[in-house]
Amino acid sequence: MNGFPILSLMLLVPLLGAVACFMLEAKAARSVALLATLVDLALGVVLWTGFETGGAQWQFQESHAVFAGFSYALGIDGIALMLIALTVFLMPICILASWDSVQKRVGEYMAAFLFMETLMIGVFAAQDLLLFYIFFEAGLIPMYLIIGIWGGDNRIYASYKFFLYTLLGSVLMLIAMLWMIHDAGTTYIPTLMQYDFPAQAQTWLWLAFFASFAVKMPMWPVHTWLPDAHVQAPTAGSVILAGVLLKMGGYGFIRFSLPMFPDASAQLAWLVLGLSMVAVVYTSLVALVQSDMKKLIAYSSVAHMAIVTIGLFAFNVQGLEGSMMVMLSHGLVSGALFLCVGVIYDRLHTREIDRYGGLAINMPKYALFFMLFTMGSIGLPGTSGFVGEFLSLAGTYQISTTVTLVCTTGIILGAAYMLYLYRRVVFGEQKNSDAAAMPDLNVREWLMLGPIAAAVLWMGVYPESFLAPMRADIAALDARLASAKPKGDSQPTAPTEATRRTHAANAMEHHGDAEEGPTNEALEGGH
Amino acid sequence: MDFSASLSLVAPEIVLSLGGLLLLLCAAWMGDRASRAISIASVIIIGAAAALTIPVLCGGAMGAGTLAFGGQMRVDAFAAFAKLLIYISGATCLMVAPRFFDRWGAMRAEYPVLVLFAVLGMGIMVSAGDLLTLYIGLEMNSLAAYVLAAFLRTDGRSAEAGLKYFVLGALASGILLYGMSLTYGFTGSTSFDVIRVALAGDISTGALIGLVFVLAGLAFKISAVPFHMWTPDVYEGSPTPVTMFFATAPKVAAMALTMRVALDAFGLQVDAWRQIVVFVSLASIVIGALGAIGQDNIKRLLAFSSINNVGFILVGLAAATPEGASAMLVYLAIYVAMSVGSFVAVLMLRDANGDYVESISDLAGLSRTKPLIAWCLLLIMLSLAGIPPLFGFWGKLVVFQAAVNAGMIAIAAVAIAASVIGAFYYLKVGKVMFFDEPVDKVTGDNDWAHWALLIVSTAFISPLGYLLTGWLSELADKAATALFLVA
Repeated sequence: MNGFPILSLMLLVPLLGAVACFMLEAKAARSVALLATLVDLALGVVLWTGFETGGAQWQFQESHAVFAGFSYALGIDGIALMLIALTVFLMPICILASWDSVQKRVGEYMAAFLFMETLMIGVFAAQDLLLFYIFFEAGLIPMYLIIGIWGGDNRIYASYKFFLYTLLGSVLMLIAMLWMIHDAGTTYIPTLMQYDFPAQAQTWLWLAFFASFAVKMPMWPVHTWLPDAHVQAPTAGSVILAGVLLKMGGYGFIRFSLPMFPDASAQLAWLVLGLSMVAVVYTSLVALVQSDMKKLIAYSSVAHMAIVTIGLFAFNVQGLEGSMMVMLSHGLVSGALFLCVGVIYDRLHTREIDRYGGLAINMPKYALFFMLFTMGSIGLPGTSGFVGEFLSLAGTYQISTTVTLVCTTGIILGAAYMLYLYRRVVFGEQKNSDAAAMPDLNVREWLMLGPIAAAVLWMGVYPESFLAPMRADIAALDARLASAKPKGDSQPTAPTEATRRTHAANAMEHHGDAEEGPTNEALEGGH
Repeated sequence: MDFSASLSLVAPEIVLSLGGLLLLLCAAWMGDRASRAISIASVIIIGAAAALTIPVLCGGAMGAGTLAFGGQMRVDAFAAFAKLLIYISGATCLMVAPRFFDRWGAMRAEYPVLVLFAVLGMGIMVSAGDLLTLYIGLEMNSLAAYVLAAFLRTDGRSAEAGLKYFVLGALASGILLYGMSLTYGFTGSTSFDVIRVALAGDISTGALIGLVFVLAGLAFKISAVPFHMWTPDVYEGSPTPVTMFFATAPKVAAMALTMRVALDAFGLQVDAWRQIVVFVSLASIVIGALGAIGQDNIKRLLAFSSINNVGFILVGLAAATPEGASAMLVYLAIYVAMSVGSFVAVLMLRDANGDYVESISDLAGLSRTKPLIAWCLLLIMLSLAGIPPLFGFWGKLVVFQAAVNAGMIAIAAVAIAASVIGAFYYLKVGKVMFFDEPVDKVTGDNDWAHWALLIVSTAFISPLGYLLTGWLSELADKAATALFLVA
């Protein structure tokens, strides 16, 4: 806002930290990594507080023409702000999660994570199409190394699969981007978001972007890399993968596919909705029969991401807001669930559900946290999961009752597999003596899980904090999509006088929150 | 134009040839004792030639003022761009050679002289404006190269490489010559200008056959599929510094020559050769990638990698636009850096006895025994695969951008999808170095010259390279404009 390049600084801090970690010994590298991520978290807080809700659509803009063919252009709107906040929030927790569990090649490990952080922030902050692509693709390299070097037994297969799968998805997007640049004559994303591509081309472009984002998301049937990558990655790698990397797919839809190709999005919405329906039911059933905790949570991620995609392709404000909330919530909750798995994995070195049991007896605090996140994953009111899923499904109901019906069963199945997991791990009798002897959470683990728990509750009780910065952007996107909006099959009854009044009151309230807040304060000041 | 003006235009070639002859005399008189001094002198001579070439490029020389000897040589910015890449490759190949040959006591004074003559020949190739100049340059380079391939006389593999290179190279020259004679027969001239004009309109079958044969001969020289079979064997058998030379300088020269012939001499028959180039390009990408998967020798792997990269460069040629030509030059510059880096890294892989390690499986766990080499090699491999943020991605990007802007979206899409196959084997090298348990095979030390070359080339292909994109594109655009202006 005031010309201070805070986004560049947020990219630079972890990058410098990565270089430093690369050359440092294990102990120093850990501290440097934690420091760098905490500095970035502080900068993230500054960013959020400095973000003017209801102000200009793009804020904190920077642009330098240092490259040929594309420019170093950064800038964020409310959507990007939320995802950057999620990233910088999770990163220190990831470093803490790896504090003791990673003992070999610590410097390189921390460097890979910090480099990853730079790239993730870059993806959300980039305002140039090619810059976005570079950040988007570059993330493969550190993640490949994280899975391959510090992963589990079958890490090599998983790292290859992750890399090649996502690469194949993305390369076609590059060709589509080049065509767009050729046609529109610019690489600047805000301009492209307003540009009307020819309808015939839109379909092809949409499909090319879809190939990339569907793999990244991941959507059924191209989700198979995810369970492998999750299971083999170290705990912190899983957290980042589930917490932020998957969000890049959703961010891609909301930033590129929908605003740039609205007609094609409407035309092909059936594809997305169809795949999402299958994903919700199928992957939930698959999750139900898993014996590996990480795999179970990985499959639940696929199901949750399907709730995101149906909301995105509902073409209305509720759906879009719901999708964003599911993404944020899932970033926190699934990240926390992987941390919960990591906590007991560090003690017993197995992810087999059967090896545990009755942890509520010897690890009551752990059991409490685990329960909160389980509830968050199920979408219990009061936790973050509820807000997003409800909005998303309510939005979808307006365009397709069938899709909503099928996807709502996913919530029930979600409750089934999560509660079943929780029962087997935490309740029941202590059948293994080694599991029964595990100590409860230590201070470091408190520091990891505590903040996430607070954020989950905050988002569940007062989602307005998270919705407010995005409201104007979502409304703009909704307006952009208005002309292409498909006709829904739900038939709401004509409102009676009473309901209309309530609706109007609600609308007023929203309106007041979003835009007239300062006026109210001014009035109060006047008194 | 008078004779003295022509002579001043070809000053770099004069410096190279006189310097080469002088050093040949020195070599004859002083013998192998002086080989190191002659190497240094050769690098200086190449540097002098480069110094004479830089103003031509930066000034963006083009048009009638660049034609020497009645248009037989074209000393324009395009030639200068290619020449500078050739000079850089030649100089690096001289810098890493002495230590390699000393291992066998085979460092001979003729080596730098041969490199010098090869470089001279390539300089003539890229500035050729006439089929005869083209052929003289090509043969001058090739004859030196055949000897270089077989330079380790006591090593069977080296001798085999030299023989294979000679036989197949001679065959390629024959094909090329046949095509040239047909072209001459149907157009009545060997000058590119006259050929261009004579081929305007409908092309006769004879001239078409000539065109196909010329392109086939050139495809041999750039080792594009289906004329690539010699590459893995020659790359594997030749002494590593020579392999590095083959992977860089002759590739640049032959590619630039192909561009000049296709876009200038055959520039009005783009539709006649475009399908050939498209086929050769896609076939090179796919075969180069598939062939590399099974390789365990790193030099063979790099040979297939070079075939693969040639395929990508040719995508820019298929576009047949100034933008495509500029993109090819940018790609070539990045490709030279990546090849130099990868071969220097290979030269740094030595076991405790000082023998060179070439087997990929012996690199297991290199990231723990020699972390810096391993990281540099990993970055170079990912750059070759074209993964952002490494600079190799930029080369692919500009080439594809040119193709898309020329309306060749389907070809660009197929080529980029095939690049994922290539990513597999590059990742394999990374996997062996980083994920596997160390075998402690690579333990030898290295001198500062190798480190410096490795660090510089890695820095160039690292994301820092993007800071050079403005400058690189500007030079490449000048060169491409010069190429198309004559055309």
